[in-house]
Amino acid sequence: MTPRRKQRLIMVVFMLLGISIATALALKAFNENMMFFYSPTEIKAGKAPENSDFRLGGLVVEGSVRRESGKLTVFFDLTDNTEVVTVSYEGILPDLFREGQGIIARGQLNQQGIVVAVEVLAKHDENYMPPEVSDALAKSAGEQQ
Amino acid sequence: MIAEIGHAALIIAFTLAVIQALVPLVGAQVGKVRWINLATPVARGQLLFIAIAYACLTYSFLINDFSVRYVATTSNTALPLLYKISGVWGAHEGSLLLWALLLSSWTVVVSIFSKGIPKIMLARVLSVMGMVSVGFISFMLFTSNPFVRLFPAPVDGRSLNPLLQDPGLAIHPPMLYMGYVGFSVAFAFSIAAMIDGKLDAAWARWVRPWTNIAWVFMTLGIALGSWWAYYELGWGGWWFWDPVENASLMPWLVGTALIHSLAVTEKRAAFKSWSVLLAIFAFSLSLLGTFLVRSGVLTSVHAFATDPARGVFILVFLIIVVGGSLVLYAWRAPALRSVGQFSIVSRETGLLVNNVILATMAGTVLLGTLYPLVLDAMGVGKISVGPPYFNQVMLWLAIPLYLMMGIGFFLRWKKDTVSRLSRKIVIPFAVSLVIAVLLPLLFAPEQHGLTFIGSILASWVALTALLWLLNSTTSPFKLPASTWGAVIAHLGMAVTVTGITLTSVYSHEKDVSLAPGESYEISDYQFKFIGVTEVGRDNYIAYQGIVEASEAGKHLVVLHPEKRTYSQSSMPMTEAAIDAGLFRDLFVALGEPLGGGSWSLRIYHKPFVRWIWMGALIMSFGGLLAAMDSRYRRSRKVKLEGANNEK
Repeated sequence: MTPRRKQRLIMVVFMLLGISIATALALKAFNENMMFFYSPTEIKAGKAPENSDFRLGGLVVEGSVRRESGKLTVFFDLTDNTEVVTVSYEGILPDLFREGQGIIARGQLNQQGIVVAVEVLAKHDENYMPPEVSDALAKSAGEQQ
Repeated sequence: MIAEIGHAALIIAFTLAVIQALVPLVGAQVGKVRWINLATPVARGQLLFIAIAYACLTYSFLINDFSVRYVATTSNTALPLLYKISGVWGAHEGSLLLWALLLSSWTVVVSIFSKGIPKIMLARVLSVMGMVSVGFISFMLFTSNPFVRLFPAPVDGRSLNPLLQDPGLAIHPPMLYMGYVGFSVAFAFSIAAMIDGKLDAAWARWVRPWTNIAWVFMTLGIALGSWWAYYELGWGGWWFWDPVENASLMPWLVGTALIHSLAVTEKRAAFKSWSVLLAIFAFSLSLLGTFLVRSGVLTSVHAFATDPARGVFILVFLIIVVGGSLVLYAWRAPALRSVGQFSIVSRETGLLVNNVILATMAGTVLLGTLYPLVLDAMGVGKISVGPPYFNQVMLWLAIPLYLMMGIGFFLRWKKDTVSRLSRKIVIPFAVSLVIAVLLPLLFAPEQHGLTFIGSILASWVALTALLWLLNSTTSPFKLPASTWGAVIAHLGMAVTVTGITLTSVYSHEKDVSLAPGESYEISDYQFKFIGVTEVGRDNYIAYQGIVEASEAGKHLVVLHPEKRTYSQSSMPMTEAAIDAGLFRDLFVALGEPLGGGSWSLRIYHKPFVRWIWMGALIMSFGGLLAAMDSRYRRSRKVKLEGANNEK
């Protein structure tokens, strides 16, 4: 092997090594931070993971939003028109959060079967429905028939 | 009538684009000079007709012609003038028209500043840009025509999304699009070089200023978007790893790699096929970005439309552009021999490492953005990838990248030795180490590992850039503009890194419930909630909160966060109140009434957050300066070859 070729080989090996390490780290981080989406029906069926975040979507049940006067914590129910799951959230709800609206919450289940949300997303368009929520609704409607 | 003129102009522009895409290209292959010479006039004609179409649409907005469906869905009579003009690109159809307008403008500008470029090369470049234009105009004509009429015409329009009614956001899309479209120039030059089979230093000199300018616009566009999200969405964050943000970050990362790779192609005749590949990917990712944002495949603020025909068109268009150029690449790239040799310790290797890291970063973002979409499309399940994924991976990739950014300045082209290099870098590295330890000890409220990493990288990048200027044998004022540009861009990056680090580590945020008269303290700042009043303005009414901010008992400022409801829309809008400063922002957003006179409030103290965008401005200035380098203008005087020789 000529010295130049040897140098090239070393360089290629280093590059490959670097890229493999980067890829391995990226995939590990990817797996750790992957969150699945569940509908209220799936959560009632016990499909949601314990001790890790997941996303939940559905329609906010009319008249279900309640909070103690002066307190930041708010409770509301989410439904896919089959099952209902209660969500609690401490913080400011997004502008477009309202009853009857499709929203997505991220959080974990507690012992009482309430989803303790750390983030609530409502989309910034009044006519917009998150695709996950509309799919979940369609699926739930299909199963009822 | 006006809308029909616009539609007709668009059809004429389409015909001209087809001519521009085919005739000069074929002419260049068979050596017909008249066909080759057609490229420039046809490109100018196309610009004229697209401009007419664009003017017609703008006119329809200005006169409130709600019989045009696009106007009816994005504007209304109460909309202020500025947002009628910017409303043209407020949704899918109009933003495509803006894209096409910018593309044909870039094409004409390239044809004007092309005195030194061989006519054959220019003909091919303009042809490729014509092909892209054909794609965009037919997308409009077949699936997303902005001039479609609406019968019966409504009395008033549906209005522009109130979120988009903001001066920062009015100019954000054109900036970003200028960047996206700008990468089409580098792309077209790369395709032309592959057809030609020749790629030399002169080629790199033609491409570099265009790539720089596109990159400058992208940098500004991304910074504007980040700034807008910060003050307008009321979330107080500056980057959310939202798919739409990622869509603009990917071409930026690849474009940054391209800028550095082109430097090697110009100076050392190496990395030729790599530069071509990067140019292809920078533009493909720009297309992907445009489509991801406007097609509705993403669960995102920006997604407006969902229409299967559009999705299919986009997919086919992307496959043709990416697939076609990669096939051409596989076939022709081996002809672009890189003759420049370099050893393992050399500036070339340094830039190679920089390129590989930047490309890996882009790949990381691509994986996190597209993988959930792919899984969903295959029906496997709905997943999303949280910001921690991006943050972790980017942090680990950024550390070697920033170290290399500094080392690269000291490396010599072609061959260098480890001992010489380590002698050069040991002192600046020690100095940045001292800065990274001392500054947080003296000023930071608490110590944190990330502060140390961030400060050492920022000071290292800044110091090495400055030393490069001081160490050079010529006087700093006689150095070429491109050197100054590189130094300034690196300094800008150091400023941004400082901002990112300190904001991420030391920001305090809290959602609180406050009754009138109550206060809340956050990192030595007291926020006293006075109350809420109702105010009415032009096209909205608002609840206006009054919050007194003071520092250690000393009155600072009264903040007025608002909750607005626009007349044409039932959706409320949070308008945060920000007391901006060079070293810290105070940020208050009004939540909702909690009963008993209490309101929820979101309060932030964000140190150094402005540095993030300030750094981006400095980087853009550096990029612009580098593009102005006189040697790019000199190269235009290179003697004419190509077409003239073949007569």
